[in-house]
Amino acid sequence: MHRLAAIHTLLAVSIIFVFSFDSQGLSAETIDFNRDIRPILSDNCYACHGPDGAQRQGGGEHGLRLDVEEQAFADLGGHFAIVPGDVEASELIQRIHSTDDDFVMPPRDHRKSLTATQKKLLSQWVEQGAEWSRHWAYVAPRKQARPSVRRAGGNWIDAYITQQLEAQAVEPLPQADKRVLLRRVYFDLVGLPPSVEDIETFVSDSSTHAWETVVDRLLASPHFGERLAVYWLDLVRYADTVGYHGDQDVSVSPFRDYVINAFNANKPFDQFTKEQLAGDLLPSPTQEQLIASGYNKLGMMSAEGGAQPKEYLAKYASDRVRTASTVWLGATLGCAECHNHKFDPFTQKDFYRFAAFFADIEERGLYSGANSDSNWGPTIRVPDEELAGLLQPIDKQIEALTQAYEQVDVSSAQSAWETQMLNSDETWKYLSPDEAIAKHETMLKSLEDSSLLATGPNADTNTYTFKTTVDLNGVTGFRLEVLPHESLPAQGPGRSSNGNFVLSEFKASVLSDTEDARPLSFSKAQATFEQKDTDKRNPLKGFRAEAAIDGDEKGNSLGWAVLPEVGQTHQLVVQLNEKVGMEGRVQLQIELVQNYKRSVGHTIGRFRLSATRETPQINPLELLPKGIRELLLIDSSKRNTDQKNQLSGYFRSVAPELSELRSQLEAAKQKRETVEAAHTRLTLITRRVEPREMRVLNRGNWMDTSGEVVEPGVPHFLHQIVERSDTKLLSTHTRATRLDLANWLTSPENPLTARVFVNRLWKMLFGVGLSKVLDDLGSQGEFPTHPALLDALALEFVESGWNIKQLVKLMVMSQTYRQSSIATPKLIELDPFNRLFARQSRFRIDAELIRDNALAVSGLLVRELGGRSVKPYQPDGLLRHLNFPVRTYQHDHGSNQYRRGVYTHWQRQFLHPALQSFDAPAREECTAERSRSNTPLAALVLLNDPSYVEAARVFAERILESDAKTDEERFLRIFLQALSREPVDEEQEVLSKLLVDQRMRYLADPDAAKLVVSVGDWPTSARLNEVELASWLAVTRAVFNMHEFITRN
Amino acid sequence: MNFLPSELCRRTFLRQNSYGVGAAALSNLLSRSANASEGSSAADWKGVYSVKPGTQKIKRVIHLCMAGGPSHLETLDYKPKLAEMDGKPMPKSYTEGKQIAQLQGQENSLKCLGPQHAFQRFGESGQLISSLLPEIGSVADEICIVRSMQTDQINHDPAHTLMNTGGSVPGRPSMGSWLLYGLGAQCDNLPGYVVLTSVGGGQSQPIAARQWHSGFLPSRFQGVEFRSQGDPVLYVNSPPGVAIADQRDLIDTVQSLNRMGNQTFQDPEIATRIAQYELAFKMQTSTPELMDLSSEPSHIFELYGTKGGDGSFASNCLLARRLAERGVRFIQLYHRGWDHHGGIKDGAKVTAGLVDRGTAALIKDLKQRGMLEDTLVIWGGEFGRTPMAQGNGRDHHIMGFSCWLAGGGVKPGYHWGATDELGYEAVENKVHVHDLHATMLHLFGIDHTLLTHRFQGRDFRLTDVGGRVVHEILT
Repeated sequence: MHRLAAIHTLLAVSIIFVFSFDSQGLSAETIDFNRDIRPILSDNCYACHGPDGAQRQGGGEHGLRLDVEEQAFADLGGHFAIVPGDVEASELIQRIHSTDDDFVMPPRDHRKSLTATQKKLLSQWVEQGAEWSRHWAYVAPRKQARPSVRRAGGNWIDAYITQQLEAQAVEPLPQADKRVLLRRVYFDLVGLPPSVEDIETFVSDSSTHAWETVVDRLLASPHFGERLAVYWLDLVRYADTVGYHGDQDVSVSPFRDYVINAFNANKPFDQFTKEQLAGDLLPSPTQEQLIASGYNKLGMMSAEGGAQPKEYLAKYASDRVRTASTVWLGATLGCAECHNHKFDPFTQKDFYRFAAFFADIEERGLYSGANSDSNWGPTIRVPDEELAGLLQPIDKQIEALTQAYEQVDVSSAQSAWETQMLNSDETWKYLSPDEAIAKHETMLKSLEDSSLLATGPNADTNTYTFKTTVDLNGVTGFRLEVLPHESLPAQGPGRSSNGNFVLSEFKASVLSDTEDARPLSFSKAQATFEQKDTDKRNPLKGFRAEAAIDGDEKGNSLGWAVLPEVGQTHQLVVQLNEKVGMEGRVQLQIELVQNYKRSVGHTIGRFRLSATRETPQINPLELLPKGIRELLLIDSSKRNTDQKNQLSGYFRSVAPELSELRSQLEAAKQKRETVEAAHTRLTLITRRVEPREMRVLNRGNWMDTSGEVVEPGVPHFLHQIVERSDTKLLSTHTRATRLDLANWLTSPENPLTARVFVNRLWKMLFGVGLSKVLDDLGSQGEFPTHPALLDALALEFVESGWNIKQLVKLMVMSQTYRQSSIATPKLIELDPFNRLFARQSRFRIDAELIRDNALAVSGLLVRELGGRSVKPYQPDGLLRHLNFPVRTYQHDHGSNQYRRGVYTHWQRQFLHPALQSFDAPAREECTAERSRSNTPLAALVLLNDPSYVEAARVFAERILESDAKTDEERFLRIFLQALSREPVDEEQEVLSKLLVDQRMRYLADPDAAKLVVSVGDWPTSARLNEVELASWLAVTRAVFNMHEFITRN
Repeated sequence: MNFLPSELCRRTFLRQNSYGVGAAALSNLLSRSANASEGSSAADWKGVYSVKPGTQKIKRVIHLCMAGGPSHLETLDYKPKLAEMDGKPMPKSYTEGKQIAQLQGQENSLKCLGPQHAFQRFGESGQLISSLLPEIGSVADEICIVRSMQTDQINHDPAHTLMNTGGSVPGRPSMGSWLLYGLGAQCDNLPGYVVLTSVGGGQSQPIAARQWHSGFLPSRFQGVEFRSQGDPVLYVNSPPGVAIADQRDLIDTVQSLNRMGNQTFQDPEIATRIAQYELAFKMQTSTPELMDLSSEPSHIFELYGTKGGDGSFASNCLLARRLAERGVRFIQLYHRGWDHHGGIKDGAKVTAGLVDRGTAALIKDLKQRGMLEDTLVIWGGEFGRTPMAQGNGRDHHIMGFSCWLAGGGVKPGYHWGATDELGYEAVENKVHVHDLHATMLHLFGIDHTLLTHRFQGRDFRLTDVGGRVVHEILT
């Protein structure tokens, strides 16, 4: 068997040799420039004789260009590169055949060289008259007569395929077995396996409409949108995290649901395009259109400290060009960021003009602080359908409570409160200094209000020593006021450039001439405001008052600070451990230690010290909101109505008399918030701002601002935007918008958009594109195997009003789609990569579908549509390399554990390993085509990932609890459900043996059986014997690991 | 078991270039859209690059990635002039118009920060190395210090991406993936590209899985992370209650079923699947053996200064040696602890202390086993740090920084390149990241301009459009 495979491989290799060098090799009698010649010129010559003027070599003033007709045939000063029909006079031909090292092309030191076949083709082409045509993909498809060939039961797609097969004398394969066919179309259109009943219905339906009935039903299924979304979300690089640096979560899942709903509603592709690129620019955009505009915000973003905003704006801009040009144009415009494109006619200016379309999107280069406040740009709230109904009773309750609250009269209590507030500060007495000194060269200057102002140099750290003579008898505590001053940065009260300070320690001691100083100790410290701190090294999580009296046990860098509440007065009050029982006046020394080390110069700018004999507390007035404090200080008779209302409103919010009602109201409001939060998602949208300046960046260098300023525009060599959509809205009335771009992309003259889309859809349904390079239809892409078919499909798509479901139906209704995928050795030999489509392709299903399939077969799948992204089981610690903030993964419980793969939380930097092992992309960049690997890591997922073990167990439970009683009946049931077919005898024998072995094994070790049947959250059926279940679990696991289980045939 | 035509490729297609990758045909064959499967794992892949006999000096790389950006000024690049300038304004002639990271907004008040630790001469070669790294000093005669590194990216995430993939835009293959693609691996029971990580000594900057991703190359070439806690490789352990013999039984059953299927389908993909399940099983059995350090003698634990199994850098160094012995092609150790924006004096000391002994032990251990001669060890970060103070630390810096190399083909006890007298900009014999990559590939006998892969119409390579082999540091 191995030898056989090796022979096949050998054949495959020789065939592809012919394919790639003989240009399809199949009908090469008449040379077709686009098919046969341009790829050779592009790959071997364009680097030096192509669009990039900076690199261009040879002939004439601007070098020789072989990508533009006029220049390829131009007079180069008495000689010509190409003279139609004259090989001798064509220098190109002479040079490629030359043996002279100085004359030969490509030059000896060039990385590329021509094969004999390629040389021959070029010569033949010149001999035949050197017919030239524009690159096929840049010329809009033209309507042409369809081939008249017919294929029984098929449609016009088959005519194109059959025509070429006839030319090659190849017989197409017959229709696939009905079960295989049904399974195929289920995976392709809804991404789920058919049920046993679905199969029975289809197999027994012998009517001529049987197939169409199935197709129509699947196209109408809500799972159709989920299936197509898998493909679209890769392209637009949808993910649930920002990708750069800390890879923080971002809320954009309504966009994913928009895509699913759009495919389900069969939204025309031109509308789909407009809503994503420019939903915000549509007249009175609906919520749905705004959600769609989130497309522009799906790229990676950074909150990395020290990132330079301008650099990142340039990164985001180029990402948008790469993405949009790949998604809609199948073009590698992204390659023209630093220089003109090497192979296609895109200029560097084209790149930046394209980027300029997106220069009006509100965004920041550096999303500073977003790691904690999640502000990644403008969002809207998207409530789900249940919310309104849930809120109604709560709102009623809130209304009733509010009424009751407003009816209580508290005016007399308010007057008493006002009086108390206004007199509360009299308990504090200012301390005036005998001496106040600072370290280094800093001076402390006394001001009239008993405060001290620091002047002179601001040292990295400092200690202010304040001495005063005072009667301490009965003193209970001290107060430090830090005060703003106009001489201080940001008005102070600190001397750091942001107005902040850090007081590491507040020390007090009684000095004596005869004895050692007697330190006073404190029991409590409070402040008007305490700064938060997210630094992990800070055990207090903030710059707290208590850190100023901790004897610096927690580190001398910790202390009290007040950012961002700078520019105003703050108070720190410290309470003595016990009253000072000391008679008479003594010398008191207070030291303000400011030793902050994480940054420098965090010292106090202006301060005042006081002492009290009452209970030391912060002046309650200071704790009032600033506006309220000011109102209170206005004489009550002079307050206007508005001020009175404000003040009484505030009092009601704190009055003890109302506390009962208030807490009821609070609870009701809290409940409302909780309900609303649970049923509302935020989603990023596009908001338009004044466009940022867009320049051509020389060599892509964002620091170079000498390049030309450009306006939005489409690639210069394609048709141009003639009518602008919404000039009225613009500040500069000449600028094209994203909506213009969307209209241009989907205009009938656009040669690329429709071809790109139908080609990708073809690939999804037939395994390989008509042009196989899905992300590059340019010069380095592949000339289509069936160019006329590709064009006919593209035209049909546009003419149908960009009707996606109609296009899908057209494709799956063809006989070409319905063919068997079991090729004869002869066919494999002739066409190893199925470029003739004489058969269907066979391939592994996508990562998400592998999960869906296992869950569906087990019966665990929750078929709900949309919602928040979900978290399946995942190995612990997978996210341990993330930071800002540190992440731990909590998998979902309940129904969210059993959702389809398309809803999986897409962590760009650490994609779920089950998805990643089956080639789901990280979606850091636009992906037009996933690879299909076959690796041991993927095998380990299917073997050992608890999601698959649990699904296999629940599947086994279903089987054991069904009416299938004998082993044979159960094998049959397992195969029908998992593989849509009956087992053959040999398969049954192998599985029976496994079953018998496992029964022996688990009978001997029932504890092991208990363990394996308990994997996963889903409760284990109590009705079943654990040993029996564990043994059958081995059987279902084996089936889940079969190649066939994850293959679409 | 080799179903992928790698041998055939080379014989069939390498007619034009005697060595290197066989031009367009091969890219075509390997392109993502080829309907044939990607085939087998890295393990039985022999590589697309045909090495000219006699040019390959090394078989593997151990990259000790000092993540976060170690300060060259406290480790490998002694600047007495900077000490003199400590606390004085940084001359604007150095910094004007240059990129700056967290010091943005303070361009007018930049001050010099002198080296926070002394340097001393080590070994017969008299290499100047920080006193923080005495153990590395003890192998000074084995290493080649490069003091003129430059990179283009000033933030961690893109700088790592550039260091690993040669570009800052995500989606390109990392260097380990390029090597597997070019040469294949030398082991069939472990991944050919393994990543280990440790933390400590400073702020742990994030590291993305992108750093060991295969990008647009087939995913079988991606790096596999080995973990010190939980399953060492994701899902490498059988489910609870499934003994290894049960798992073998199950896999045997799957293999039989797949073989039967193949009688109908005649699909090489099925044969590949069968091979992958064998490899998966081998990984299930060989990974625990690899991670089990109980067979190591006590003098080895003594040498590395670890008992192993604790996820420390030293423990990872010991695992690196075991991986190297088992034929792993590219071994990458990240230590996330060098981002010293503040408190660099203490911070660098702690971090250096965590990596010093393990690093030196690895060099000595490889040497005593005769493996240093065919291993390239690279020690360095994604960038360096500013000579300017950021408080009492240093900011990110890309104009000049240091790394060292040791092992096969590299001049031992040697140093190359220099920064200016303040350690700001590489001024002598600059070595860009691309040059480092070119040099590494050269030691494998690979011409970095020839190891390419076509993606979106362009032949990409690790060195992008740059790269110069630094022949001067090679023996």
